[in-house]
Order: sequence, then structure tokens, then C-alpha cells
Amino acid sequence: MRHAPAPGPADHRQDDDTAIAPAGRDEAEPDRRRFLRRSGALVGAAAAATATGALAQQASAPAAEGSALPPNVPPWMKVQGAPTGGELYGKPSAFEKHVVRHLRPTDKQYFSSSTRTPLQELDGIITPNGLFYERHHGGVPAIDPAQHRLMIHGLVERPLIFTMDELRRFPSETHIYFLECSGNPGFNVYGKTAAEANGLVSCAEWTGVPLKTVLREVGLKPEAKWVVAEGADAAAMTRSVPIEKCLDDALLVYSQNGERLRPEQGYPLRLLLPGYEGNMSIKWLRRLHVTDKPYYTREETSKYTDLMPDGRARKFSFYMEAKSIITAPSGGQKLMGKGFYEIRGIAWSGHGKITKVDVSVDGGRNWQEATLQEPVLTRAITRFRLPWEWDGTPTVIVSRATDETGYVQPTLEELIEARGKNSFYHNNAMTPWRIAETGEVTNARL
Amino acid sequence: MRVSNADKSAFPAWAACCALAAASLAGPAHAADEGKRFGFGTPATEEQIAGWNIDIGPDGENLPPGSGTVAQGKQIYESACMACHGAKGEGGMGDRLVGGMGTLTSDKPVKTIGSFWPYATTLFDYIRRAMPLMAPQSLSNDEVYAVTGYLLHLNGIVKEDATLDAQTLREIRMPNRDGFVDDARPDVKHPACMKDCPGAL
Repeated sequence: MRHAPAPGPADHRQDDDTAIAPAGRDEAEPDRRRFLRRSGALVGAAAAATATGALAQQASAPAAEGSALPPNVPPWMKVQGAPTGGELYGKPSAFEKHVVRHLRPTDKQYFSSSTRTPLQELDGIITPNGLFYERHHGGVPAIDPAQHRLMIHGLVERPLIFTMDELRRFPSETHIYFLECSGNPGFNVYGKTAAEANGLVSCAEWTGVPLKTVLREVGLKPEAKWVVAEGADAAAMTRSVPIEKCLDDALLVYSQNGERLRPEQGYPLRLLLPGYEGNMSIKWLRRLHVTDKPYYTREETSKYTDLMPDGRARKFSFYMEAKSIITAPSGGQKLMGKGFYEIRGIAWSGHGKITKVDVSVDGGRNWQEATLQEPVLTRAITRFRLPWEWDGTPTVIVSRATDETGYVQPTLEELIEARGKNSFYHNNAMTPWRIAETGEVTNARL
Repeated sequence: MRVSNADKSAFPAWAACCALAAASLAGPAHAADEGKRFGFGTPATEEQIAGWNIDIGPDGENLPPGSGTVAQGKQIYESACMACHGAKGEGGMGDRLVGGMGTLTSDKPVKTIGSFWPYATTLFDYIRRAMPLMAPQSLSNDEVYAVTGYLLHLNGIVKEDATLDAQTLREIRMPNRDGFVDDARPDVKHPACMKDCPGAL
């Protein structure tokens, strides 16, 4: 399938030769740039096709002069490429510039704001670090790890302060877990693409020390029942975490996908509470206050509580329930006529493993079981696939996930029936995509 | 492929978790106290803890000495808060802070300090740690008491001549104090029909 032309990033490829030829120091570069400028439009078209993984490469059309297509030899085979070491920290291809996080343009300010993962552009279960969704409440602090400390105090035998070096000395563990904002999305339908509609979810391989290992070091007193975690950002974000979670699978994380945490993800240290709403996995973690009660902080009362129609609000609604979304074909993409397509998507559950994903290609009337791609991991994103022959008629496609507790992902109508329209958080409803006769894919709820 | 459903030990995950918790809480020590200690870390002194611990409990635990009046709070609000939150807390760039009483059951609930927040102590805690937005942790404890008092006054919770301190703040009972209930999920049971299903999307 092919993406509908994106405004901006796709266009600049045709005239911005720096986007095609990465800055290099070899002498062949000027020649290549001249060549690229000369054949700009054609190369641009090929570039757009490559960038979107498109299958629309006019295979039967004759190759024009200067084209990279057969029978011609592509120009990048006739000169040396960019020299080794030109990018000591590698970046994606210049043809992938459209694959970025989505920033809503309408926020009142951007200190407390968010960006969304471009789910529709990704394969596999791991979100690249530069595309992992963000939700900050006081911007992104720049923390010198040598000056960072974790203090653990309160109902403990030995209040202690740890340096980052000390935390990394503890026996470590590595696990793959998803992280999802509880406002992904709100109950007001928003978003043309998968990123816009549901991009506040990502999945990574996390490395750190189990929190229980560090709590053993300080020694919990018997009356310890909660831990108030605090971040070292301008929001000094605090959340109360039940001690059971802290002694279960909670991690103090310093690395993500093999490298140190990015600043946006809490560098140099974050809490990670698998399956819990993302807000509780406190970033830039600097303090753990062991207490006998929850502290009813602003982020667990005024925010992150779910208002019901009777005027009462659910508190401590920690777990993210089972959910899935089709990422291809999805909003903003375009099918290139009838025929074979592989429906692809992701599923996850805060309550454990995904056991089943059903897909409907007729608007929810009939459902088929999709294939789950190994590995299927606890509290991680799982990939699903379903082969599909599109007959060219307009339809709606949608997926629903089931997890190991037997829980099945609901429709938005079912959620609203149970919770009303103002609970805002924890919307795990199905996301249906409408496919028009032209092949264009749009959010069926808009 | 399917993952076996046979292992019910994780179902539901939160129930298993609570059962574990009950077991560990019943004993004299937590599970974390068993096993090896490494001797890492440096003892935290009382002074170090006091410097960092700004958590205020819902019962007023850790509220600092000091006090502030509603009148003082009005002055501070108008210089440090009003630009974002409006002349009388009606909101703007920042959240609405005032009003909304009785709207929580309506189609358009207005969640403010007065209509929604269960604890006044949270107000002190949050203002001290995170406000004003461009200068967090810049207000003195007296100033935080004063602004807290002013916002409570704008919401009709304390009188215009009130003075807020640790004692008066912890005694305040917010209007929506009992408005919070435990998480009731899972609360939706989708039928998971496979063929000729009703209610197609």
C-alpha cells in the first residue's frame, strides 16, 4: 500500500538535494549533487516510493534517461558512498524524514505536552528510541548523571542515597515491556493516522535493577504499604505506587533498547511499572518515599482519575487493559487497487500476554483470528497479521485483542455505556479504519 | 499461534498481586527483606532527607511551619499565577481552578480545586513542588500557605480573613472528599462474537 502524499516532508525531497545526498567529505559529492539536481524530479519520485515502502514503482513503465530503474544502472553505484564515520551516531535514511513523532499543533503550551509514536510507519515490537512517545509535565530536564542521586527514605530500616554507578552495580535484568499513556486516546475521537489516534503507546527493551533488590538494601519496615516516587523534573512529578507492585516486576531502568535512556525517557534513571499507566513510571527518578498510605498527589486526584456519570471518580486505576490497533492499512495510507494485502497491527495488555487477536474486514460483522508473531511476551506489544484479498469495495477493517485473563477489547460504545463520556482516561476501544473505493484509508470514527 | 490459557495463576493479574501482597503483609517482614544485601549506597542523613522530602500526606503529614493569609495569597496570585490561570482562577493557558460545584454529574463536568480535589493538602504539595510554571520551588512556605488559602477562598472553602498554616490546612474537609472510589475494572464484557455479529461498526 502507498501513503497519501504527506504535505511538507515528502515535497522537499524533490528540490532539497541535501535530503538526498547526506553531507559527506568525499570529492565525488559535488558530481553526485549535480546529477541529482539534473534528474531531480525523477529521483524525487523514486525517493518517495522508496520512503514509503511503496509498491507503486511503475514496474511496466519504460525507464527514462537518467532513471535508476532497470535497465539503467543506478547512480549510487557509480560513485563512492558517504565515507565511513560520517555519522558516529547513526541516523535513519534521509528518505525516512517523514517518520517522526506526531506533535499536536493545538496545545496551549509545550512544557506539559506529548508526542505520539508513528505506529503506522513501524514494524516489529520494538519502538526506536527516537520515536518512543513522550509525555512531559514540566519539560525535559538536562541531568548530569554524576550529579544525580536516588534517595530512598521513609518506612525503611536504612535510608540510603545511591549514585548511578552504584545502581548499575546491582544485578541487572532486561525485559521487553510496553508503556502507554492512560489518555491514549481520550474519549473524544481524534486523529487521522494511527499515530494521532493511538500513538501514546510504545514498546522497548528495558535494562535496570529490580526495585525489590534495591528495597532489600534499605530494608522495608512491616508497615510499608506504598512508595511515593518523585521525578527530578520541573514538575517534581509524584505518584503513589502500591508496595505489591514494587516487590513484583517494578524496575529501576537506566537503559532502553541497549543504550542509556534518552533524556525524554528519564535519563539517567526512571521507574518502570509494567502494565501500569505510563504516568506512574516516573522519569528522572530521584526519590522513593516509603509510606503506609497513598499520598493523593495532584497526578492521582485532579488528573489520572476516571470520572463516572454518577459524579464519582475512580482512583488508583493503574492497569492498562487489553488493546489492539491495525497499523496497516491505516489512516492516511492508500491501497493500490484490489488484490492481496497483509493486514498488520499491534496488540498489548497490562494484564499479561495477548492470547488472540480477531480482525474484521466487514465492519465488525464477521471476524477471523489473526496470526500472532512470536515472541508473545507479558506486558509487551505483540504483532498480528492477517492475509486479505480486497475486492475493491468500500469497507471498514478493525481488530480486537484478547489477553490471558480472557478479557476482550471492547468497542467505544461499550466503554461509554459503562463509563459515560467524561472518564477521559483508559480508553482501550477498538479503532476502525474505513477504506474507500479509491483505496484511501480514514478513521471510521471521524 | 495461541498461547495456552491453561495457566490461570495470573488471572486476574491484579487479584494474584493482591493475594501476594496479603501474604507478604501478614508476616513480620516483606519478601524483599529476604536475600542478599550488597552494601551499596550511602546513609541519608536527616538533613538530606528534610531537604528533599517535600511530600505532604493527605493527613497533613510533613506540612512545614509557617503561615499565610488569604489577602497575602491574593497579591501573590496576581503577580505569579494570574497570567495563566485567569484573574479569578477561571483558567486560561493553565487549568481552571475555581467553580464547577455540582457539575460532576452533568454532561460537561468542570473539575476544579473546589469541585473535584479531595484534599486541600494536595494543593499545598502541588503548588510548592511545581508552581509557578516558570519558577517551580521558588515560593517560600509562607507564600505557598497564602496562595493555597486564596485559592480555597475563591472556591468558597475558607473565609476572606482566613490564615492558613499546618493546623488549619489539615483540618479542611474538601467538598468532594468522598467523591473517589476504587477502580472497578474490568467493567466491560465484549461478547467476542465471530459470525453474523450484531452492532457492526
